[in-house]
Amino acid sequence: MTSLRQGVRYAVLLLITAVFVTPLIWMALTSVKTYADAQQDPPSWLPHPFSTYGYDAIINNTANPVLRWFVNSLLAASLHTLLVLITASMAAYALARLRFVGRKLSFALIVGTLFLPPTSLIIPNFVIAERLNWIDTLTVVVVPGAASAFGVFFLRQFFLSIPRELEEAAVLDGANHWEVFTRVLLPLSKPALANLAVLSFLTNWNDFLWPVYVLFSPERLTLPAGLGLLQGAYVTDYPVIMAGAVLASVPVLILFVVAQRHIIQGVSRSGLKG
Amino acid sequence: MADVIEVGAARSDAPPPAGRLRGRGVTERGHRATPYLFLAPYLVLFLVFGLAPILFGVWISLHQWDLQLPNRPFIGLDNYQDLFSSDSAIYGDWWSSVRATAIFTVLSVPLLVVVPLGLALLLNRSFPGRTFFRAAFFAPYVLGVAVIGLLWRFLLDANLGLVNRLLGVVGLPSDTPWVTDVPWAWVSLVGVTVWWTCGFNAVIYLAGLQDIPAELYEAAKVDGANSWDRFRHVTLPGLRPVLLFVLTTTILASANVFGQAFLITQGAPGEQTRTVVWRIVDEGLRDYDAGRAAAMSVLFALMLAVVSIVNFRLFRYRED
Repeated sequence: MTSLRQGVRYAVLLLITAVFVTPLIWMALTSVKTYADAQQDPPSWLPHPFSTYGYDAIINNTANPVLRWFVNSLLAASLHTLLVLITASMAAYALARLRFVGRKLSFALIVGTLFLPPTSLIIPNFVIAERLNWIDTLTVVVVPGAASAFGVFFLRQFFLSIPRELEEAAVLDGANHWEVFTRVLLPLSKPALANLAVLSFLTNWNDFLWPVYVLFSPERLTLPAGLGLLQGAYVTDYPVIMAGAVLASVPVLILFVVAQRHIIQGVSRSGLKG
Repeated sequence: MADVIEVGAARSDAPPPAGRLRGRGVTERGHRATPYLFLAPYLVLFLVFGLAPILFGVWISLHQWDLQLPNRPFIGLDNYQDLFSSDSAIYGDWWSSVRATAIFTVLSVPLLVVVPLGLALLLNRSFPGRTFFRAAFFAPYVLGVAVIGLLWRFLLDANLGLVNRLLGVVGLPSDTPWVTDVPWAWVSLVGVTVWWTCGFNAVIYLAGLQDIPAELYEAAKVDGANSWDRFRHVTLPGLRPVLLFVLTTTILASANVFGQAFLITQGAPGEQTRTVVWRIVDEGLRDYDAGRAAAMSVLFALMLAVVSIVNFRLFRYRED
């Protein structure tokens, strides 16, 4: 009886898995089909013949420089992640460990913006970015997003959970705040920093709305913004569009496989703040 | 959330250990300016792109602010008035986008609260393969809206899409206009969103479920509670804070829907699936009427604030 129940359980789980994963497999399979093959009805599951048509079309494409978009996205996401780690960890240290006038107020303001949907600031942020002459540059997709309160809040909670004894020992040895921060607290916070790094990278890599409206030049686009153009240019030429989608998926899927623990942990921890 | 903050605040307020005060300008262990130096890099970002835009947005909304014109006259509440007076040019478009957003939110939120809870309960007990299934359910979420938008535009294509073709194979109608007609466009947008994000909520539920003490279930079992009773009287009450978190964040996320509609239905049919966020950015950044778009943003943020407050009140009330 228990084995029957177990069997049913696995059958249900596999069925659900199929719902989640089949579309992704279909994307990958279509990306290596020919145009004619992708149009077949009923559809052929496996590519016949196997073709690099879709990838050829996007790789040597001057109107839609997909590889350039890929590099832009990689640069933007990496720089953004670095910026978030540095600024958020320093601010979180001040808020978690230091006493100063205005601490409560600044923390309240920062946390308050967690409840504000970022889309409601998009118009003023555009005007501000324009005044800084950042529109249509890499900077505009790297910097403004780092104002998010999430990283500061996330790291502050983690720092508060670390016992102070080690830091106090370092102070007795004559360490100043910067040394305590970089040599004691940060090494102890590696898991949380890794969580935040992976989540920041994912968020920036996948960001769509902001890049679509602040980047214009074809050679400056990030991959998600560029994919929108690709859809417009290739309409129903699905192997080409799916090749672009695969290119945008591969880095994050690799990241997911390698750093799954950090993504799941990061999401769980962000939920526990509720 | 309040609990966590209180605990943190109480801790940092603890008096410094005796004998560490070193005189003027130097506190506990370091210079008075030190905390501000640690805070400064983030604070600059926060002030310029987090706090200033809130006030600046309100300021812009009080002006006739064309991004392409140097002159931006103050017009008081005219931009807001336009949104409420049925003879203004924007009235129809604005309220149609509010309607689209409301439809999407009302349809998607219940599914995004309930389906992930079901998945989390399926994965809660430890069994071989659990990590694999959790990863599989979560996988779509790591892809951006651009990827899933392109992918589902393809899968839902009335002629070439896998969905209609599979329906045809099993003998069901195979010509449903999934992305070009209502109500199908709503089914598509909601379905894709559930597929895309329910793994995220499931992971949050899982973390919440792990925090419910096993003894409570044991005690309930001893009292003769069946599995439904245990779900109602142990699981649900134990999950209440997590449920509130999921509900609040999901409402906000759904109300801010943009990419799915932009890429999958592309607003069709007509402009019926054009959402508020899309309307705001188009008005402000494509048609350059930043004043009106800012007024829409402020009004929209207020609407969401009201929803969130009602949400909190309802849950707190039930708790008493």
